[in-house]
Amino acid sequence: MTGPLLELDKVALHFGGLAAISDLSISVNAGEVLAVIGPNGAGKTSMLNLVTRVFEATKGRILFKGQDIARAPRSKIAHLGIARTFQNIELFDAASVLDNLLLGRHRFGAGAWWQQVLRTPGLTRREEDHRAKVETVIEFLDLSAWRNAQVASLPYGVRKVVELGRALCSEPEILFLDEPASGLNPEETRDLAFWIDDIRSDLGITVVMIEHDMSLVSAVADRVVCMAQGRVLAQGTSAEVQAHPDVISAYLGT
Amino acid sequence: MRFDYHTRYRQGFALLRHPSDWLAYGLLAVVLLALPFFASTYLIGELGYVLILCIAAMGLMALTGFTGQVSLGHASFVAIGAYAHAWLLAQGVPFVLALPLAGVISAEAGLVVGIPAIRVSGLYLAMVTLAFSIVVEQVIGMWRGVTGGFMGMLVETPRIFGVSVGAPKYFYYVCLFVAVLVLLALANLMRSGIGRAFTGVRDSEAAAYALGIEVKRVKVGAFGLSAGITGLAGALMAHHIGYLTPDAFTLLLSLDLVLMVVIGGMGSLRGAILGAVLISFLPKGVALLKSALPDAMARQSGLEIFVAGLVLALFVLFEPMGLNGRWLKLRALFESFPLYRRDTFRRQKTYMKSERSR
Repeated sequence: MTGPLLELDKVALHFGGLAAISDLSISVNAGEVLAVIGPNGAGKTSMLNLVTRVFEATKGRILFKGQDIARAPRSKIAHLGIARTFQNIELFDAASVLDNLLLGRHRFGAGAWWQQVLRTPGLTRREEDHRAKVETVIEFLDLSAWRNAQVASLPYGVRKVVELGRALCSEPEILFLDEPASGLNPEETRDLAFWIDDIRSDLGITVVMIEHDMSLVSAVADRVVCMAQGRVLAQGTSAEVQAHPDVISAYLGT
Repeated sequence: MRFDYHTRYRQGFALLRHPSDWLAYGLLAVVLLALPFFASTYLIGELGYVLILCIAAMGLMALTGFTGQVSLGHASFVAIGAYAHAWLLAQGVPFVLALPLAGVISAEAGLVVGIPAIRVSGLYLAMVTLAFSIVVEQVIGMWRGVTGGFMGMLVETPRIFGVSVGAPKYFYYVCLFVAVLVLLALANLMRSGIGRAFTGVRDSEAAAYALGIEVKRVKVGAFGLSAGITGLAGALMAHHIGYLTPDAFTLLLSLDLVLMVVIGGMGSLRGAILGAVLISFLPKGVALLKSALPDAMARQSGLEIFVAGLVLALFVLFEPMGLNGRWLKLRALFESFPLYRRDTFRRQKTYMKSERSR
């Protein structure tokens, strides 16, 4: 494929008079791990919410594989192959880990309603196929000990992994991680670094992660974009961005 | 302790997973089928009524327990089902056709009420449904040509292929048949994709959207499904009452249904049935209690409501998971008998609570 997988083209997001994002252009190439960093309020999560259509872009285009999705319905985004996790875990608390992961398979369909009511043999086979796919994710993320546990009873670190697993169950082409390492201990963060690497190289999924933990960023990211006040401040390798004078002044003040 | 050794995934999501389940539910089925041969006509009539309430409670459970939408107006769907059924019978539509049609008509009304559910939730949705039920009560009262107004209308005797099933004994079987059908359909639905989408919308709308679930459609659809099932219950209720008046479907019935769902245990069909059984037998239990109480207490008015309130308060305090939660605990106790720990079901704060989690 030619051109970037995802391209934000001069995107702006205004809430009344407040410009959360202005004139933002970011492109994500297929097969890379892109980290987005920046101080609080820089518009990182807003950028993600624009792509997943939680917010309506005031201006600009968002091109996914050449197709403009800036006005697509919110529930269609997952069907295009875009998955995300949330900064403050958004799991289905009262359901089991298994049901959460099965919900990740939603975009592949669960059969017509009458098939579900009658539980036809075809539907049972389909459910088994979904379950088999879910099991590969459970194995990949080492979740088998928690398979039947209710999410509400899980430790925080495991919930983060379940949420990552749910996003993987939808077999996305591009995966957005919103602060995947926040609240994790160093050991869990190391696991996460390996997983992100494997997600890219084994599963072939492009990863965009918003992250503050610079050790994780420099360990896994191919490219880093630093945002501040709704704009791109600097981009390049992790070392380049960290050494950039604008980035230093954005974090430390002048 | 029981350890499952599954060799195929389908064994993991079967409805009846163990031979003991087959035995238990088989026994229950035999008892329910044999009851009319032993019980008195009065008791069978009452049991038929309990089954009707079970259907209505399952309908509300699909909405409140699985999709997380509160409705204080479900009596109006019972009413719509009942009147639609009675009217269709009066037009000469056969019973076996009128019953599902009444469900469909009620479901259509549910879809209309579901549209505001896209925008409002929680207490506000409860108020919308409450307003709807008041409107329905008034409409039924005024629409004399169809409903007979406040004077009421007579319901024809149910006939299946020309055979009258109006006697309590036969009508009990009709109710049992419909209840089992609804239970199986809902159980299948709730363990498939639609049921998962329902719980997804209930627990996190943001995540549901991100996974490609059409949240608005699910919300409205859940209202339609719930209203349809409740309408079926209403159609059967019409025969149980025999003579329909608007005041048979007041707020009290709606509240009773909510009580059944809450006391039964949110998010479980078994809970809906257990709750319906408990709530419908409560007044009879209170009547029995009255004879044992001193005269001054027994003659107090509002004793039934007091006891219902007390039961609800006790459940909220001591068993928030409802009857279904209690059932699961008892089953765990028996399965792991000498090794059961009291803390097995105690929720622990195993993580730092994030701002969203309660």
